[in-house]
Amino acid sequence: MSDYNFAYLDEQTKRMIRRAILKGLAVPGYQVPFASREMPMPYGWGTGGVQVSAAVLTPEDTFKVIDQGSDDTTNAVSIRKFFEKTADVAVTEATEAASVIQTRHRIPEAELSEDQILVYQVPIPEPLRFLEPRETETRKMHSLEEYGLMHVKLYEDISQHGAIATSYAYPVKVADRYVMDPSPIPKFDNPKLEMAAIQLFGAGREQRIYAVPPYTPVVSLDFEDYPFEATKADHPCDLCGAEDSYLDEVILDDAGNRMFVCSDSDYCRSRREAGHVGRLGVETAA
Amino acid sequence: MYVAVKGGERAIENAHAWLAEERRGDTSVAELSVAQIREQLALAVNRVMAEGSLYDPDLAALAIKQARGDLIEAIFLIRAYRTTLPRFGATRPVETGEMVCDRRISATFKDAPGGQVLGPTFDYTHRLLDFKLAAEGEVPEAPKADPRSESTPHITEFLQGEDIIQREPESEAVPGDLTRQPMSFPAGRDVRLQSLTRGDEGFILGMAYSTQRGYARNHAFVGELRIGTVAVEMEIPELGFAIEIGEVELTECETVNQFKGSKTEPPQFTRGYGLVFGQTERKAIAMALVDRALRWRELGEDFLGAAAQDEEFVLSHSDNIQATGFLEHIKLPHYVDFQSELELVRKLRREAGVDDEAREAAE
Repeated sequence: MSDYNFAYLDEQTKRMIRRAILKGLAVPGYQVPFASREMPMPYGWGTGGVQVSAAVLTPEDTFKVIDQGSDDTTNAVSIRKFFEKTADVAVTEATEAASVIQTRHRIPEAELSEDQILVYQVPIPEPLRFLEPRETETRKMHSLEEYGLMHVKLYEDISQHGAIATSYAYPVKVADRYVMDPSPIPKFDNPKLEMAAIQLFGAGREQRIYAVPPYTPVVSLDFEDYPFEATKADHPCDLCGAEDSYLDEVILDDAGNRMFVCSDSDYCRSRREAGHVGRLGVETAA
Repeated sequence: MYVAVKGGERAIENAHAWLAEERRGDTSVAELSVAQIREQLALAVNRVMAEGSLYDPDLAALAIKQARGDLIEAIFLIRAYRTTLPRFGATRPVETGEMVCDRRISATFKDAPGGQVLGPTFDYTHRLLDFKLAAEGEVPEAPKADPRSESTPHITEFLQGEDIIQREPESEAVPGDLTRQPMSFPAGRDVRLQSLTRGDEGFILGMAYSTQRGYARNHAFVGELRIGTVAVEMEIPELGFAIEIGEVELTECETVNQFKGSKTEPPQFTRGYGLVFGQTERKAIAMALVDRALRWRELGEDFLGAAAQDEEFVLSHSDNIQATGFLEHIKLPHYVDFQSELELVRKLRREAGVDDEAREAAE
């Protein structure tokens, strides 16, 4: 890969992306159009996140990639290897050791700090897209702060199902101005969107970047009588016993037996190393 | 005991190794060379160059070989390579009126200066499998004629002389480039045409076909279809004049469309335009039809709600690299969002009492 520039993209492209990132940070939650490049991985597979990571990475950074909370899912492995090859950066699986974390569909369980950047891969950046397919219309709605349609949708959910029937990519309002799609994270993760780290969102195919600066208020949309509720499977982790982590359900056999394990593989591993043992776990600490 | 899924890295490496083996196929069969693909699968090469937006027959042939003949995958390889190339500048607009034509036909005039030249076309072949090809037969040499020495004028120029066809507005503006600027709507005809020429052949074909079947019908005559090579010239600042840096093969289609006039335009013929790399006439004709359908606003026509008239719909969905990437990404793990949906559906069912009823019914 020696023919390619540091972190693959040429410096002009990185400058263009950095300008979009800075604009995004200046106007929290606003979707900044950017001239997304064709990357050597397919659209829809994290090209937005990869371009944002390429623009923020420096040779001194330590990089972590998770998909569904795990460092070892195939696409996370693939993206991590891409930057090992093109940027020669140090990589880690430990959340607290990473300076840049690229993620798909999760926010790590461990609290992030001010010297970290969390980069999200975003498939459809427009929270209003499934209510109004036209970009020309949705941009207008954002500029006029016209979010009535979204509230009507949530209200109709309640009248039809008795609850807001959105369980991931749950819409939020950022800094009391823009309604934003937090990417398809489970709504369990929404309260974590107010954090110390910089959060950058990259949508490659849709050519949008947006951002949430540190300590920015992020409110999940709801109603007074139907308040937002962060939910997860009502179990502890079967490997580490954690009660506070988001869980994946795994089918064990054809008799309907299941187990629940932390989706954040680093969180689960560090708990087990600290001696926590769940229902089906085994002692791993020395 | 469940063991957290590990080993993604090795699985990927093994999958790549298997893929390489499958690509090569049976090793007792001779390997395809890039030159063979370039020469004998030229229309596939042309499609990859057109939709990959990079005129390089050797690289396109290599991409087809690497992609095992999957043309969209080959286009993807070319696109990903193309974005890494430095840009030295822009050429002058190519002069298709000076094209050295291999093929040039008009469906609107029986004959015209420059004549009707069929060229190497499938058009009047009977589609019968030629089993001789299976035996690798040699091809007899085709008869040759001397090429025209003078240039071949565009058919639409004759209509323009009579002022019976819509005039295209002249412009010195630098055309937009959707690979450098994010797409925004309304896009402008320059970006529309760029989007169409690199759009998926199947998609553009389907859109064009829909206009023929009555979804925003604008009956199109092929005023002219020409295929041939044109010189590519570039101004070199140090020299102060333009020099020819190479030539490219192009297919150009100009349609002449019925038009009864509108509130703003008198009755006249209108135009659609298609220009595509290589010998790609299906694509060029389809492009011209879709271009014409998208011009409704400029010509003061009504929006009939047809997909082919809808700029945002057409342009947002014509790119097969975007489309295939997003379509295929649903293969990636979605455990987390699926889990949250599972919890939600279980909760809603519990609250609706469905599970209780089902259990009672079972008992």
